[in-house]
Parts: sequence; C-alpha cells; structure tokens
Amino acid sequence: MTFFKKHLYGDYGDKESPTGGNVQHSPFGDGGWPLWEVFIRSKQGLDHKHVGSLHAADAQMAIENARDVYTRRNEGVSIWVVESKNIHATNPDDAESFYEPANDKVYRHPTFYDLPDEVQHM
Amino acid sequence: MSTAVFTYSLHLADNALILGQRNSEWCAHGPVLEQDIAITNISLDLLGQARNFYQYAATLYNQFSSEEKESVDRLVPALWKTYNRDLEEDDLAFLRVEHQYLHLLITELPNGDWAQTILRQFFFSAFQQLLYTELQKNSDEQLAAIGEKSLKEVVYHLRWSSEWVIRLGDGTDESHKRIKKAFGELWMFTGEMFVPSSYELVDTGNLKGNWEQKVKEIFDEALLLSTIEDDLGVKFQKGGKEGKHTEHLDYILSDMQYLQRAHPNSQW
Repeated sequence: MTFFKKHLYGDYGDKESPTGGNVQHSPFGDGGWPLWEVFIRSKQGLDHKHVGSLHAADAQMAIENARDVYTRRNEGVSIWVVESKNIHATNPDDAESFYEPANDKVYRHPTFYDLPDEVQHM
Repeated sequence: MSTAVFTYSLHLADNALILGQRNSEWCAHGPVLEQDIAITNISLDLLGQARNFYQYAATLYNQFSSEEKESVDRLVPALWKTYNRDLEEDDLAFLRVEHQYLHLLITELPNGDWAQTILRQFFFSAFQQLLYTELQKNSDEQLAAIGEKSLKEVVYHLRWSSEWVIRLGDGTDESHKRIKKAFGELWMFTGEMFVPSSYELVDTGNLKGNWEQKVKEIFDEALLLSTIEDDLGVKFQKGGKEGKHTEHLDYILSDMQYLQRAHPNSQW
C-alpha cells in the first residue's frame, strides 16, 4: 500500500533516501510525479529561502505549482525549484561527528576581547 | 448607452461567475493537491472578476433614470424588489433566474474529466485574453480598468491551461484519448464566443482569427491537430448571450443560490 505512504514536510532525508522521482507516493501509479523543493525570494535583495516541497511532472509545472501553492498571499517575487533528488543532505546518523565537535570550541566565537564602543552591530 | 454597459457588465460577470463556480467543484477533488489548488485559484480569480463587473452593474443601475430601469427590467431579480434597498452585487449574482443569465454556454457545461475541464479553460482563457485586451481600450473607463486588472490573471490562466493541453495531448495514449474526447464535447460550444449580440461593446467577431491561431498553435504542439479534423465541421451552439441555456444551468443555480434563497437578504 505505497499509495498511502505518508510524506510529511521535514521527513525528507530523514526517513527515506533522497530519491525524488522514484519515491512511491503518487496516485498516478508507477513512478509518479517527482518531488521538488521550492525556494522563494520574498523581496528584491533578500536570499531565496526554502519554503517547502511539492510534486510536479516537469520544471515548468513545478514553478507554476509553487506559484499557486506558495505565493498566493504575496509571499514572493522570485521562485526557484529544484528536483529533490538533486539535493544532497547530511545524514542524521552523522550528527555526532559532524556537529558536536564544535560545541566545546567556545574560543571560535568572538567573545574574548573587548570591542571599542565605536564598533556597532557586532 | 449606459444600459448597454449594464447589460454587457452582466454578461462579462456571468461568464466569470459561472465558470468560476464550475471550476470550484474541483476543490478537494483535484487529481493532485497542487492542481487542486491551481484550479481553485483560477476559480477565485474568476470570482474576483465577476464581483468587479457586478459591482459596476449595480452602481450603474442605482443611478439609472426610471426609463432606463424599465428598459433593463427583464434582467433585474424579482426578489430584490421586495427588499426596498439599492441593488447590490450579491442580488445580481444570487437572485436572478435562469433566463436572466447571459453567459456563454461553454461556461456552464459539466466539468467532465480533468481533460475536459482543462480544454474548456484553455478555449475560454484564450478568448478572455483577447477580449480583455480589447476591453482595456474601451471608452468606458471602469470597464477598461477591470479589463486591465483581470488581463494579468487571464494571461496566467492561459499559460497554465495551454501547458496542460500540450501535456495531455502529447502525453500517454490515455491522456491523448481523453483530450480528444473533450474536444468532441466542447468544440460545438466555442462558436458562440464570436457571434455578436446587441449589447456587446467589443466586436468579438474580430477576435476569431487570433483565437483560432492560438488554438492551432497549441494543438499543433499537443499533436492534436491531425486528430480533430472530423469534428471541425460541427454546427455551433448558441443562445447563452440571450439567456437561453442548457439544462445544466439549473443545477448550478440551485446549488449556488441556495443560501440566498433559503435566507433572503442574509449578510456575512
């Protein structure tokens, strides 16, 4: 019953491998529509930010779906989509070796010297 | 002149309202979530256009002389007359009866399958794009302004539906079969768009050439051109612009008007 396979936002890369187009979750049967990640720039000058994902048959449809799903309330001025299978992510199992070594390196933070008052915004 | 603007506004509003209502039937029934949202979005755009035209029609009517009111009386809902207040957009949308609606027949046809809904949207959006482009130049400033505002939405509807026609036509055997069948269902209702009526302020007959060109261009890409020749000679249906509708309209109205008729003059 892959038809009902639950696919929640945030699951990606966690519970299933990043296979994008091969994920079986589509009512369209074998293969289904690939998953796409959506990035939106909310105003000129800001970065594109990841806002979610969706299914689409091709890039054109993915952009239009993103427009309809994620920018209906004036959220954006530019959309990027990228097929999820093209995103390579760290594995949660590697978290210890990847991130924890930074935990006890307080000296990497610029907190051990006095800042002159004239320097603002630090 | 302004009674023609009133009638024409109703015609444009009815087109948008009835197709919007039809498309909204897909809400929560779309083939996939993303397309469900897409078609519902188009419904909302159309509803917004309908509101603009109904509001304008109501404003015009309220300023009419009694002679002018008399001349458009056949289009004004009877139930509203018992309300003893100015005419409002909702009265026009929800209280008129079947023969007072002036929309094109193609907008009231049942949705059929996804292919039929898509193809209808494509035919209609291609027409609406040409129509609103002309409407922008109209001497009536309000109609021109609504045309300009709505055109932006329609350009997207046309893009979206064109791509779907190509995707289905040039897709699988099944999708090609379905879009071809949809063509057989809908083609006879496209001719009405270009048959002029007494109140229209844009010469729709002039739009036909460009419309056919657009359809041909997309059908060519969708590999549909060679498969539809047999259907092209069909006799076109008409009557919607004069208030003569198919049996399908009653069902739409009974659904859409239920609340206003069960609870007259109710407000949100």
